[in-house]
Amino acid sequence: MSGFVTVAQLVEELNLELIGSGIGLARTINSEEINRPGLGLAGFLVYYPSDRVQVLGRTELAFLSSIDAMDARERLKRICSFEQTPCIVVTRNQEISDELREEAEQYGVPLLRTRLSTPKFIAQITTFLELHLAPETLVHGVLVDVYGIGILMTGSSGIGKSETALELLKRGHRMVADDAVEIRRISEDTLVGMAPPLLQHLLEIRGLGVLNAMTLFGAGAIRTHKKIEMIIELEAWQDDRSYDRLGLDEDKRRILDVDLTCLIIPVRPGRNLAIIIEVAAMNQRLKRMGYNAARELSEKLMSSMDAHED
Amino acid sequence: MAERTVQVNLRAGLQARPAAQFVQEANRFSSDVFLDKDGKSVNAKSIMGVMSLVIPKGATVTLRATGSDAEQAVERLAVLVGSEE
Repeated sequence: MSGFVTVAQLVEELNLELIGSGIGLARTINSEEINRPGLGLAGFLVYYPSDRVQVLGRTELAFLSSIDAMDARERLKRICSFEQTPCIVVTRNQEISDELREEAEQYGVPLLRTRLSTPKFIAQITTFLELHLAPETLVHGVLVDVYGIGILMTGSSGIGKSETALELLKRGHRMVADDAVEIRRISEDTLVGMAPPLLQHLLEIRGLGVLNAMTLFGAGAIRTHKKIEMIIELEAWQDDRSYDRLGLDEDKRRILDVDLTCLIIPVRPGRNLAIIIEVAAMNQRLKRMGYNAARELSEKLMSSMDAHED
Repeated sequence: MAERTVQVNLRAGLQARPAAQFVQEANRFSSDVFLDKDGKSVNAKSIMGVMSLVIPKGATVTLRATGSDAEQAVERLAVLVGSEE
């Protein structure tokens, strides 16, 4: 389900300077990896990753200016001729030779330039591409940031997710998305959630309608995106179902191949869910810091049993 | 009112996990169920209470229940603590 990024988006978001007529800006970037075409320019084109963004740093340009102009043009022609190459970026605001400009223009490869040094630019573009090309999914739920912990609240419609989010907002926490959460896997084990652009800052409360959390509660009440650390599933209280009494074991829920801790919280009139979620967030932080109350109690119990036996 | 004194045969005694299982089982019954050990009595439906008694394997405990399904509750819980698993 990976998307793509157009070169025009890249130019816009990373503030790149466009050299030439702007031909080929609609080309798409489908790979988050970057290539420095040193070997390609040297003439070795086996395994040449032509589908990646090609970055020309000092080394590449120094090499090109060390050989004669005709030869350089031939080598550039080969690099520029791939239709799948999204664009070529020159770093450090280096001077661009006529050969490079003309060959890029002829084959319709966008030629861009950045002020940054090569390593800095590669770091920046990699982060940008990883975020935008990451696998994504849309989940029904509410994403909130409680004491810095990103909590995805799920549960059937009408169970009270938005109402709980509202109370959390009143208590000074932040909302990321209500109802629909776009989730992206930005690295092997990291999920980031955000609101679909149209629904940003909005939440819906039955009886009140659509509300804007930012205008109601201020800029401090919202976040554009947040790493998701746990899932809290709200469900109607069922008498015959057993709920976790200890908290020794963690349930996991899988989203985009990432396992997240999942708590199932039964909902019953008179239970203050916002407080329960606040405490769940704090407890999660404690666990992350290495303290687990349930485990400690269990260990104490075991050692007092051993003491009794002696 | 039903009452039974049993020996705990659970391999690890009523440690946290078995205690949670015990409490969950007790909660299935509508009767009030109590667990007595060494003169101390706790509500068998309360996890913290049950753990506070510190019940190792081999300990002798008394199950007491009052209510409509008292007999079944005592019977079921006695089997649970009396089993080895």
